Amino acid sequence: MKHLLTTDGLAEDAATAILDTADELKRTLLGREVKKLPTLRGRTVITMFYENSTRTRVSFEIAGKWMSADVVNVSAGGSSVGKGESLRDTALTLAAAGADCVIVRHPASGAAHRLAGWLSEGGTSVVNAGDGTHEHPTQALLDAATLRERLGALKDRRIAIVGDVLHSRVARSNVHLLATLGAEVVLVAPPTLLPVGVGSWPVTVSHDLDAELPALDAVMMLRVQAERMHGGFFPSAREYSIAYGLNEARLGLLPEGAVVLHPGPMLRGMEIGSAVADAPQSAITEQVRNGVHVRMAVLYHLLAGDGGERG
Amino acid sequence: MNEIVIRGARLYGEGDPVDVHVADGTIATIGEAGAVTPGEDAEVIEARGQVLLPGFVDLHTHLREPGREDTETIDSGSAAAALGGYTAVFAMANTDPVADNAVVVEHVWRRGREVGLVDVHPVGAVTVGLKGEKLAEMGTMAKSVAGVRLFSDDGHCVADPLLMRRALEYSTALGVVVAQHAEEPRLTVGAQAHEGERAARLGYTGWPSSAEESIVARDCVLARHAGARLHICHVSTTGTVDVLGWAKGLGIDVSAEVTPHHLLLTDERLATYDPVNKVNPPLRAGADVERMRRALADGVIDCVATDHAPHAVQDKDCEWAAARPGMLGLQTALSIVAETMVRPGLLDWRGVARVMSERPAEIAGLPDQGRPLAAGEPANLVLVDPDAEWTVRGAELASVAANTPYEGMRLPAVVSATLLRGRITSREGKIG
Amino acid sequence: MAPRPRGATEPAAERELLSAGDVARTIARMAHQVIEKTALGSGTATPPVLLGIPTRGIPLATRLGARISEFSGVDVPTGALDVTLYRDDLRRKPTRPLEQTQLPTGIDDRVVVLVDDVLFSGRTIRAALDALRDHGRPRVVQLAVLVDRGHRELPIRADYVGKNVPTSRSEEVSVLLSDVDDRDAVLLGERR
Repeated sequence: MKHLLTTDGLAEDAATAILDTADELKRTLLGREVKKLPTLRGRTVITMFYENSTRTRVSFEIAGKWMSADVVNVSAGGSSVGKGESLRDTALTLAAAGADCVIVRHPASGAAHRLAGWLSEGGTSVVNAGDGTHEHPTQALLDAATLRERLGALKDRRIAIVGDVLHSRVARSNVHLLATLGAEVVLVAPPTLLPVGVGSWPVTVSHDLDAELPALDAVMMLRVQAERMHGGFFPSAREYSIAYGLNEARLGLLPEGAVVLHPGPMLRGMEIGSAVADAPQSAITEQVRNGVHVRMAVLYHLLAGDGGERG
Repeated sequence: MNEIVIRGARLYGEGDPVDVHVADGTIATIGEAGAVTPGEDAEVIEARGQVLLPGFVDLHTHLREPGREDTETIDSGSAAAALGGYTAVFAMANTDPVADNAVVVEHVWRRGREVGLVDVHPVGAVTVGLKGEKLAEMGTMAKSVAGVRLFSDDGHCVADPLLMRRALEYSTALGVVVAQHAEEPRLTVGAQAHEGERAARLGYTGWPSSAEESIVARDCVLARHAGARLHICHVSTTGTVDVLGWAKGLGIDVSAEVTPHHLLLTDERLATYDPVNKVNPPLRAGADVERMRRALADGVIDCVATDHAPHAVQDKDCEWAAARPGMLGLQTALSIVAETMVRPGLLDWRGVARVMSERPAEIAGLPDQGRPLAAGEPANLVLVDPDAEWTVRGAELASVAANTPYEGMRLPAVVSATLLRGRITSREGKIG
Repeated sequence: MAPRPRGATEPAAERELLSAGDVARTIARMAHQVIEKTALGSGTATPPVLLGIPTRGIPLATRLGARISEFSGVDVPTGALDVTLYRDDLRRKPTRPLEQTQLPTGIDDRVVVLVDDVLFSGRTIRAALDALRDHGRPRVVQLAVLVDRGHRELPIRADYVGKNVPTSRSEEVSVLLSDVDDRDAVLLGERR
């Protein structure tokens, strides 16, 4: 594997290999005082974030550091990016400076693919840490790792993704990965927050959260961004919360053992009730913890081998 | 005295080869092969049965001068036009400064004459600065030396219905045509690609078909009430064809163009992530492309216009959202029409003459273009080798920019020669 | 990215170095040596911790542990130590899947016996020593291998050796254990 750009088209064995590696890394690091592994010593990983995101950047940074890679953080504000340098020139500069891996977050959908194209001649790997409203593959992988931990194999598990699917890269990455791993995915959202063309996705669509909850193994709540609330996608935060928020009463409709996920940052009281976020069904803290192990696993699969095809 | 004999050409690709004798900028005689004896100085073009058509007329070209001479100039764009078989092009108004006044349109017109490879007709802006707020001085531009016939804010929609109504009404007194870039801006905020399954998957904000169709429907109604002529730029959706069919059925004076790329390419190209495929309106679904071809064949869409839009490398070799929309078209238009319309049998060469020369000339009111191939007519001609194929290389095109979506594609039909008023402007892929 | 099944390459032409009976006897003898060297059964010593190195070191450690318990009457904790993350040759080969690490007990101040099937360059053991250091600070670390085939590239030697086999570099030693293979045997063949 050279790059991780999407989960759309990521083969089941490739996805499973990353998840298995993440599991092993988690077990191997459990209870250790020294978390550092020498595996990626001498490798240089650059995080290039054109959007603010403390949690994802920190998660990648820790993952790299625990694998002994040299991690350099570039943010759009404090670099030549702020001086109007193109994404292409910035990428080529970083590659020329010796980056083995560029982890990129960018507001433009497809930016990670473009980057991978420009870097195709060098040996630099690209990890998509979120591109516009396209994909966020490591988030989907850490969600899958968390679900596997709670539920076991995901085959035939029924998982709902609730909320602003239209603008969510987390939703897109999860739809493809969960389908690849054999889960049944239900998208629950008002029609205004579903993309035109969703019909070709490997999902079913519903506008009725209450009707879906009793049959679910897991429910993934998406963040509703403030700008959507004023963008006319739904009448009011109150009405949205009433129809699509996961409150305590709705938590009671879930079967026993069902899991609640949220990619964060949460809007407590909006898409998720405060008590729900802290309930035993909630795996939100585990998601964050697993994020580091999954990202370590991704770096391992991209950078530890010789990059050759595996027979 | 300038004398040319085109020996053994098939007019409109029909009948037996004939000799066409051109003298003093007009077709002097047309006679059976070998019948014409040219003078000693006459230049002979051996057509060997190739197809002779009236020179092409492009209602929709961006020549970028003034303002973006790093991507195209009237010089380089005229060369591209001549090599593509064009004898007249309409240069869109979205230059810098905008062609919203007599000074700019006269400059463009004059530069076109100086270059002399193709008749460059400046398009005037409908509104000042293309801002959609206030009508530009359409009358002054129409009466200027440039004699502006076509007005458009192309690149922007004249979205305000009142302003569009006024523009249409005002145009009736001038005998000019308003060409609308049909895109309801409130429906395309942040839009990056055709709204459909592919854009949904790739997370591109959708450019819905309804944004085009709603404006076309509105403007047809406005044109009907104003008794004005209306031209629709770059039709791209099935729904627009339905609306046009309805409007024409009611006798509304509306005409429409389709671009070569909307006849060939679909939003499957999005999967490349390469902004060379980014264009406005966006590449649509396969069903839309099929409908464009049928509508062009049956006349609901009147003509082909290139929307030739050169862009600099840095404006294309970047992330999709940052890229400018548009693609080169002048030198590939004929081949795309041959590929999508002639090869499948939707149009014969007489039909090609209609959609690439006669109808656009009529729409713009050019008296000396798109004329019949007959003695006494102006010698604006293009000789096409229908059997030859060529491979598109952006770097080899005459434009300064190289942003072609057809890079590496093998396409049918090659322009052997172009004549502007009896003078050879391109021959065998070379200028003049 | 499908993992290549490891240890699955059978030598093309092979010669049996140890039969099933030889393997059992050898493991029994090694068990006695461990008991003697760690003074197990003297009543005072804490039992050693056996850590098998994947893949075949793990069943080997389990078997060795069972023999040691059987002969000494003392339960010997056994586990697994994956060294993949510590290898110095990762970038020379396609990405390997991680194997399990399972420490049965804390290893601080314990005698740890690393168990592997074949000792060759010594690089795996070097990696294992690094891995061990990240898990704690053993009092003593020893090494038990079923076969020592020579060609060391690092200053490492085994404390317990089932059989010394002189080999050429072009040869390949395969250890088969019935826990993961169809039988017990040690084979020598040409590398393919």
